[in-house]
Amino acid sequence: MGLASNTAVLLGKELRTEFRSRELLVTTVVFILMIVVLFSFTFDPSYNESHRFGPGLLWMAFLFAASLMLQPCFLREQTNDTLSALRLTVDDPFAIFLAKLIANMIFLLLTELLMLPVFSILYNVAVLRQLHWLVLVFSLGSLGVSIAGTALAAVSAQARMRELLLPLLLLPLLTPVLVASTEVTVGLLESPATVQWKGIGFLIVFDVVFLTALWLFGEYLLEE
Amino acid sequence: MTLQTAGASGLRFDKIDKRYGGIYALRQVSLEIELGECVALAGRNGSGKTTLLRVAAKLVRPSAGAFHFTGVAKQRPSTGYVGHASMVYDELTAEENLILFARLQNVDKPESRVESLLNATGLLDRRDSLVRTFSRGMRQRMALSRALLAEPTVLFLDEPATGLDTVGVNWLANTLRSLRHAGCTILMSLHGESEISSLATRAIRLESGCVAADTRAGAPMNSIFALSNG
Amino acid sequence: MKKQFVGAATTIILVVLAGYAALFVAPTERTMGTIQRIFYLHVSSAWTGLTAFFICFVGNLLYVFRRQPRWDWLGVAAAEVGLAFTTVVLITGPIWAHPVWGIWWTWDARLTSTFVLWLLYASYLVLRTLVEEPERRGLLSALFGIFCFLDAPLVFGSIRWWRTQHPQPVFMGGAGSGLDPTMWKVTFFFWFSCLALMALLMSQRYQLEAMRGELETIRREAETQ
Repeated sequence: MGLASNTAVLLGKELRTEFRSRELLVTTVVFILMIVVLFSFTFDPSYNESHRFGPGLLWMAFLFAASLMLQPCFLREQTNDTLSALRLTVDDPFAIFLAKLIANMIFLLLTELLMLPVFSILYNVAVLRQLHWLVLVFSLGSLGVSIAGTALAAVSAQARMRELLLPLLLLPLLTPVLVASTEVTVGLLESPATVQWKGIGFLIVFDVVFLTALWLFGEYLLEE
Repeated sequence: MTLQTAGASGLRFDKIDKRYGGIYALRQVSLEIELGECVALAGRNGSGKTTLLRVAAKLVRPSAGAFHFTGVAKQRPSTGYVGHASMVYDELTAEENLILFARLQNVDKPESRVESLLNATGLLDRRDSLVRTFSRGMRQRMALSRALLAEPTVLFLDEPATGLDTVGVNWLANTLRSLRHAGCTILMSLHGESEISSLATRAIRLESGCVAADTRAGAPMNSIFALSNG
Repeated sequence: MKKQFVGAATTIILVVLAGYAALFVAPTERTMGTIQRIFYLHVSSAWTGLTAFFICFVGNLLYVFRRQPRWDWLGVAAAEVGLAFTTVVLITGPIWAHPVWGIWWTWDARLTSTFVLWLLYASYLVLRTLVEEPERRGLLSALFGIFCFLDAPLVFGSIRWWRTQHPQPVFMGGAGSGLDPTMWKVTFFFWFSCLALMALLMSQRYQLEAMRGELETIRREAETQ
């Protein structure tokens, strides 16, 4: 009982709420799709160009989409002051963050995996052979995005101009994730494919550092 | 309704300050509330009633001073809080909301507890409706149900009768009466004299964040509520 | 008042001396010529900026745990001064690069990372303008400031490992390159004078923020009466 069970209960609530309306998922998928398609008009997607620019573009699209779709996770809790209800009933406030960041990671991962076939077709990039590795790097990268994004969503929810503020705060902070994830993805899509262990290790370090920071300072983010 | 009186306790506010920039929402508030007292808080809008309740509920961190639970039990007592907002999720049903909060608080047999509360508040037939479809009065009843889920021994209520019709107010008065008899400590802010205020064993008036009058110090009950509308 | 005057005067003297040293005392670099002298300003500003950001980080931590307004004042003063020095780095970089390599921006790992750092602390200052209540502003910006500082090594690491694959101009010639001993002395002296300048600017900014804070408190109190 405690952190794990509270997180599980709250995670259930987050997932149930989102899958009931699906508004966030649908909007995010369409948004990423739009970026990927629009960008394909700006250069000639030959084999070399696609393999060189494609992964970077894909991760840029994920980052932009995330900075928009992470906004509601704390704004929703302001409507009926349900955040106070959570703070009152949950022993460890970290459970609130854990549940939200895991849910956000799942939503991000879902949209990314939905985008993968589209990307593969539009840019003529073969992805099936390295699918399991791609899922790994998408998971680690999305986890990093989700940890930082959920924490900063709690910050921007308490400020003005929050729709612009969250991307402003989040995108520079996620530079390491962008660089490392792109590198690993490029390596996986080359032929022969290479697994950049340094990149994967780096993403794990990023995730651990920010998860620890969130664990240490999370309760102050929720304070009144 | 059973009550874990072994966990009941009193409240102590020790020179509480709450500052928002240069504005003092609470200024050097010191109060001692005994175990089992039912205290009514009166005062104009902006006098600090909500802030005081939120400090007690540990939602707001005071700028200075401290709040403690006093009494027999060493561990933190089970508390319930009803605020201005309903504090329930619009996108979930009444039952889903209460089950969620019951599970988070490790309530025993959550399903039957939720069912009995929904029954008591007259929301049983709307258990599968989304809270988004509820009226103001129904949301208030949801808020009260949520606060009572874990059988609290200390209750903080911020204008609990708001939005309730006569039937609702009667139910609230009866519920508070039986909680008081069972030894629950209640601190509630009220807008004026009513059936609910008559349950109070003590009344305190706040003005500009300070304690202006206290029936324990001899002030008459009706003076506490006079001029408290504003 | 007198102490401040002495401090300011000393700093100005140091800065002038450092400038003189960089322009006339340090030997001319073999391949790049006179333009290389901007290196002293470039490197000193970079190290000073990082020092300021570290002080900001300490201020942020102290604010979160102590909640005294002066740590918030220290944080914003350090962040602004750090940002100013970082701006100098980003300007002197292209000024150096253009005559030497013919391009304005070289995507050097350190310069690129510095740019990201600049963006992070610029965001920190933007955040502050968007939160009105002083205690909330202090807390939220302190927490974001902590995240920024934790991110900095990760930014530098990731860009250094993966954005320096292609051959490109390197500013300091890498770890192995030897700097003339006089050059090292000038570098450290210049850095020392930049630190003095940093301290001067920070104390001024701190006092300004303290006055602003008190003024805001008085104004808010007056508004409620």
